[in-house]
Amino acid sequence: MTDIAERPAASVWPRLFAALRRPTIPHGLPWIGWILPALIIVAWQTCSSLDWIADTVMPSPTAVAGAAWRLTLSGELPQNLGVSALRALAGLAVGGGAGLALGLLNGLSRLSFSATDTSVQMVRNVPHLALIPLVIVWFGIDEGAKLFIVALGVFFPIYLNTLHGVRSVDPRLIEMARSYGFRSWPLFQRVIWPGALPSILVGLRFALGLMWLTLIFAETIAAQSGIGYMAMQAREFMQTDVIVLSILLYALLGKGADSSVKVLERRTLAWRPDLQGPQ
Amino acid sequence: MTPVSAATERDALPSRPGAGARLTLRGVSKSFGAKMVLDGVNLHVPAGQFLTIVGRSGCGKSTLLRLIAGLDEPTAGRIEVEGVSEGRARLARIMFQEPRLLPWARVGANVAIGLGPAADPTQAFARSRDALATVGLGDRAGEWPSILSGGQKQRVALARALVSAPHVLALDEPLGALDALTRIEMQRLVEQVWLSNRFTAILVTHDVNEAVALGDRIVVIDRGAIAADIPVDLTRPRRRGSPEFARVEARILDYLLAAAH
Repeated sequence: MTDIAERPAASVWPRLFAALRRPTIPHGLPWIGWILPALIIVAWQTCSSLDWIADTVMPSPTAVAGAAWRLTLSGELPQNLGVSALRALAGLAVGGGAGLALGLLNGLSRLSFSATDTSVQMVRNVPHLALIPLVIVWFGIDEGAKLFIVALGVFFPIYLNTLHGVRSVDPRLIEMARSYGFRSWPLFQRVIWPGALPSILVGLRFALGLMWLTLIFAETIAAQSGIGYMAMQAREFMQTDVIVLSILLYALLGKGADSSVKVLERRTLAWRPDLQGPQ
Repeated sequence: MTPVSAATERDALPSRPGAGARLTLRGVSKSFGAKMVLDGVNLHVPAGQFLTIVGRSGCGKSTLLRLIAGLDEPTAGRIEVEGVSEGRARLARIMFQEPRLLPWARVGANVAIGLGPAADPTQAFARSRDALATVGLGDRAGEWPSILSGGQKQRVALARALVSAPHVLALDEPLGALDALTRIEMQRLVEQVWLSNRFTAILVTHDVNEAVALGDRIVVIDRGAIAADIPVDLTRPRRRGSPEFARVEARILDYLLAAAH
């Protein structure tokens, strides 16, 4: 009797291990990553409904959804969301553009690298959020302050990864292309840029994380609109549902930004064996 | 050396694309810092000849090939392809030890690299396809290099070298990393394309068997200088098992073993 009962149980473990070690996810399960967040929300709702957590400490998911609906109808949420997104993208464009340009320049030119890298490394080691008081003195609390601080935050990961990407392009490939007459722009376009791109995209993913982090910080300290400002306002009136909503929005925006880079990787790095085949 | 004007240099080039060009080395030396790698090499290769260069590792044979292909310039002496020294890189193509395919370009685009940066895209497409067909990969133009085997990658590299119809093809041990069977297949392929195009071929190898199978002439390099220059007049295709083949092979081996370590 025990013998029969134990036999299938014994064979479950190897099968479970095999499933966990599969290099690809099973077909029909692209949403597998959303199971855990869904479970957490269910557990959270259950705890709130059973009054295990006080609403003033942590509002229930339905209360947060209600706040989202209320603020959407009033137009407050779309407006603040738009402002924050615009700030984030503008900061990314300015800081990321500068980091990309300097990274490419320093990766290609020894002279430029020697002249600027020491300075860059010194500035890099200053936590950029420590500059917020100074930035407020300079720009007040207008848009320039947020743009500056976000741009500074995203500059370094993109600069460092671009530099590393350009440096790590296989010199044998460059020699090969040169032997076929590729110089300057064609060489850059056909060999150096695609070779550096995987690393540049890693830098972009780091930068997106820092972009949101920096923006929340800047918005909670010095802003009159945006998600961070909305959360700070809600704190004044003890609207925990709006605070939690803001936090969840940052999580979703961060995830959205990361997913868009993944799409970008799939499109531009299709040649990589690890990005080929079924998704 | 008599100075030659640019116009006459151009007139002296082989007329048919891909036809062999003669190659002349006069007192060619190359040193890296204090280390002399090549010391006063003189060599004349007639147009269309298949020359193989053998030698122990570190003897300078790869350096010699890089100079011929125009990847490096000699410290002293002069290298001329069909009388031209400055623009010889345009006339010669090199096939490296590794395939050196761009992983982010599909096979067809990799072959089109061989036409240079100014190639017309539509024409490049057709010519790459033809070159791929020559090496037996006519249907693989749309694939990524990462899914090809080692031998197939070297075939693509060969197609890339051939697509511009070079007058000189320099081969730097391109078959060294392949397994024995693939290697023999590749040797046959190289011989085949050489026979149909008649470019001048310079193959560097440490494999004496390969040198005898392919070369019209074998040059043994030792300590940066030519130690022996041996014509091979066996009929093609050459049979590895034949006594004549073995005799030539043994002779080259003797030279190599006699060379100092």
